Amino acid sequence: MSALLQEMTAKAQRLNIPFSVQLDLTYRCNERCVHCYLDHDDHGEMTTAEIKHLLEEMAEAGVFILTLSGGEIFLRKDFFDLLEHARRLMFCVKLKTNAVLIREREAARLRDLGVESVQISIYSHRPEVHDGITLIPGSLKRSIDAIRFLKSQGLKVIIANVLMTQNMQDYPGVRALAAELGVECTLDPTITPMMDGNRSVLDLAVDQGTLRQVFRDAALVGDVDEFCAIPAEAGENELESTPCSAGHTACYVSPYGEVFPCVQFPLPTGNVRQQRFVDIWRNSDQMNEVRSIRLKDLTTCPSCTHVGSCTRCPGLAFLEGNMRGPSSQDCEKSFARTGIPSANMLAKKDAAARARHNLVQIRTLPNFASATA
Amino acid sequence: MSRLYMARNPKVAARSLDGEMMIMSGRDSTLFTLNKTASILWQSADGTTPLDEIVERRICSKFEVEPTEALHDAENLARELASHEILQISEEPIPPGNAAAGESRAGESQ
Repeated sequence: MSALLQEMTAKAQRLNIPFSVQLDLTYRCNERCVHCYLDHDDHGEMTTAEIKHLLEEMAEAGVFILTLSGGEIFLRKDFFDLLEHARRLMFCVKLKTNAVLIREREAARLRDLGVESVQISIYSHRPEVHDGITLIPGSLKRSIDAIRFLKSQGLKVIIANVLMTQNMQDYPGVRALAAELGVECTLDPTITPMMDGNRSVLDLAVDQGTLRQVFRDAALVGDVDEFCAIPAEAGENELESTPCSAGHTACYVSPYGEVFPCVQFPLPTGNVRQQRFVDIWRNSDQMNEVRSIRLKDLTTCPSCTHVGSCTRCPGLAFLEGNMRGPSSQDCEKSFARTGIPSANMLAKKDAAARARHNLVQIRTLPNFASATA
Repeated sequence: MSRLYMARNPKVAARSLDGEMMIMSGRDSTLFTLNKTASILWQSADGTTPLDEIVERRICSKFEVEPTEALHDAENLARELASHEILQISEEPIPPGNAAAGESRAGESQ
């Protein structure tokens, strides 16, 4: 992020302006990715008119960066109509897509409409692995063809790769593919639980060994010693800081008009079908509760070695049952980086040891034996 | 003397943040912020009003500045913004189809 963008984001936070919003246009999708957290049935998406009205409200509220995502955004027949409206309102528009439906014509239209960037999910350079994750034969070829169409139009393309058990050996291949195509590449080892709370997809998350390997790959992290260094003790200022941008300068709107602090933080705060977007942003009790949380207010984390450098996601913590609690996936990442277990990991280990100890004690209580004899 | 016309480049993104105009270049995503005078030029860049009229009506009337000097500075600013592809400039009026949607509020927000 450029220094000026950081400065503008900080100004937006001081003024309580939703600087950046992700709007999912649909949850429907033409792929069936094994790790996806969404229910792909349509439960009543906003209409074209509703979304256009919402875009106007968001522009008025000061939203600058608008990420259109899904589901697969190109499954909305009105997609270009909505995009045109968004650009007329002068949003900085970023798209997230699998790009399977982007051909030359669509790429040229995206260029004409001044889209800032297009993020495309690629899980492997090998068709059998990528298509094995999307469950759609031929999907890797279609997505790569689309990247070439977009690049030929001069558009900025970013490959987003999610690391999971199925593709954990392939990220160097995806990076090489990105270099060959002349596009950026990101890698994220986070698997998000389903929005309904089902955590079975977490079984796909990579293990500690793989995380350690990834975090020591200089091609990914730069200076490995610096990246994996034991964090300095957090100062008072850090403990007074906010956990992340969710609810502070950013939020998420679902295809049904529900507003959440973030796409990964499904705490309902209101619905734009019933209230103005800006009223939800400013006045929702839930949004204001999220906004009130400082690092020092968290349970367990303030005493943790990693508190000042942890990537703790409050949404993942919420999905674990407590938005003020630790996010275990981020504890695992901090541990993989530094080799030092988090306070949460140690607490869990102690609790498990106590539970084992208690079980033994019950069996050996003399009174228990006599009472049951 | 030829007159200069300006139109907002439809490829940029823009929003006013508490009166400070942010513009993101469509060419390379570079972010700019405009000062008050540059924001006035941006807001007024409809492709059909010549720069000298904009300076006279919207700058000289607001700021204590000598008109010739103000126009000179405004021309330099317009050329600089055009070099970053934020504005389009021409010695002829710029048809609306080639500029950002005229009915939009040029990135203004509450």
